[in-house]
Amino acid sequence: MTWIWSNLDFIWDRTLDHVVLSVPPIILSFLLAVPLGWLAYRFRVSRGIILSGVGLLYAVPSLPLFIVLPFIVGTTVRSPLNLIIALTLYGVALMVRVVADGLASVDRNVRQSATAVGFSEWTQFWRVEFPLAGPVLLAGLRVVAVSTVSLATVGAVIGAQSLGSLFTDGFQRGIQAEIIAGIIATVGLALALDGALVLLGRLLMPWTRSAPSTAARAPMRSDKEAVA
Amino acid sequence: MIEFHSVTKRFPDGTLAVEDFSLVLPSRKTTVFVGTSGSGKTTLLRMINRMVDPTSGSIDIDGADIGTLAPVKLRRGIGYVMQNSGLLPHRRVIDNVATVPMLQGTPKKKAREDALQLLDTVGLDRSLANRYPSQLSGGQQQRVGVARGLAVNPNILLMDEPFGAVDPIVRAELQQELLRLQRELGKTVVFVTHDIDEAFLLGDQVVILRTGGLIAQVGSPAEILANPADDFVAAFVGADRGKRVLHLESHSDGDVLVDADGRLAGVLAGGTSPSAAAGAQTATEETAAPEVKAGPFAESGAPAQGGDPR
Ligand SMILES: Nc1ncnc2c1ncn2[C@@H]1O[C@H](COP(=O)(O)OP(=O)(O)O)[C@@H](O)[C@H]1O
Ligand SMILES: [Mg+2]
Repeated sequence: MTWIWSNLDFIWDRTLDHVVLSVPPIILSFLLAVPLGWLAYRFRVSRGIILSGVGLLYAVPSLPLFIVLPFIVGTTVRSPLNLIIALTLYGVALMVRVVADGLASVDRNVRQSATAVGFSEWTQFWRVEFPLAGPVLLAGLRVVAVSTVSLATVGAVIGAQSLGSLFTDGFQRGIQAEIIAGIIATVGLALALDGALVLLGRLLMPWTRSAPSTAARAPMRSDKEAVA
Repeated sequence: MIEFHSVTKRFPDGTLAVEDFSLVLPSRKTTVFVGTSGSGKTTLLRMINRMVDPTSGSIDIDGADIGTLAPVKLRRGIGYVMQNSGLLPHRRVIDNVATVPMLQGTPKKKAREDALQLLDTVGLDRSLANRYPSQLSGGQQQRVGVARGLAVNPNILLMDEPFGAVDPIVRAELQQELLRLQRELGKTVVFVTHDIDEAFLLGDQVVILRTGGLIAQVGSPAEILANPADDFVAAFVGADRGKRVLHLESHSDGDVLVDADGRLAGVLAGGTSPSAAAGAQTATEETAAPEVKAGPFAESGAPAQGGDPR
């Protein structure tokens, strides 16, 4: 425990490293997954190609990817950029299917009525389908956030500084407190990001907490109050 | 005026939904398509705003072939109300109503003011304006749907079984409300239903459809009731079973109408029948100028209580 108190600065620096490694991939994977997920949702041909593509991508083991990627994109193995790209790829692999499913989950009635009243396809996507897919997208993004934070620790094995460095260092030097500190900090960071996403969701999707929506949508409700 | 010229719709899977359909739907009148499920009603309706394009044939609105018009622009000029309201669940009531005018460039403030007035028009309290659709009852949602349909002040209002999912009491209320609105606004309404009573109540022109969008009979409710074209129509309107043959019975409490099965069907109100009321209303509409916001409207000429008590 004394190790922790005397190394708070070190833990804090590795936490910041970890944030720098994991937050950009979470955002980037979301941004990339939206158009890809839309393509997978919209056209049958692209659906097959994209979904099997991301399925394969996710099956690539992380360590080999970290090592092979620099040869493809021209970074060094230890560069944070290398890790950020790799983590983004995993995030995309998870998120594309979520986007496709989320868009497909939007009520057909709502979609048709938006078309009927004169939304163009573009406007309808951004103002109707995308926001209504929001709850599904948020659930997917939370999984991506947590998995990215935990995957980012693997970077330490190839020498990229992160909270994972506390594990590798702790093992090498036999400092148990350092390993425990690494675990606690990683879990804490994952929880913090998850919480931030939940808050963001509440802020952006006020309608989701406005009503017991399942009960209220029952069509046969009494209408006495409508007789005003 | 909406004209169908030999319109056929075959879906990609081979389903022949509508075959060689020709009809004129007069302006400022309510035309009702009535038929069983799958008879092509929705397909016919959706061809009017190009959500579905005909395989062959053409549709004209006021003489212009809609096949040559941009679909999105066409739809923004036509009101559309559907069964499960189709309201945007993530928008408040007022924004649902104001959405399309805003898409067309109406400033937000004006669009919202107009939307509040439309809530009055359809008989909704303004206090509901800031609710989400899921916080309304089914009947209220349908009213908002109607308000949204009217928001662009369209000449044409398409309604696809708009009252099909609400309970009978609310449905009767909404039907009366629509009759009132139609007296005030004089839109060209195209109304789809599978309920023949609703068709006779609301329609100036009733179109009875068979499977495949085939017209079994077109006419005013009175014409169809008096002279069913064939056994199919007779069965559909219930004339064959004498269901609509009513007679007067005197009771100590007053006179009541009774149907052939001996069930109470209603009372006679000043000798007015639903179809006669519809006809009278038609005549006045010829001269009535369209008004979006009419003043207080005296409830007159309400159709007699009658018909099938189901
Ligand atoms: N998009 C579609 N693809 C294939 N068949 C369809 C489609 N829409 C409707 N149909 C078919 O066309 C026929 C008429 O449908 P519809 O117009 O919805 O009837 P209604 O509204 O009278 O119930 C039905 O047999 C229906 O299954
Ligand atoms: Mg239908």
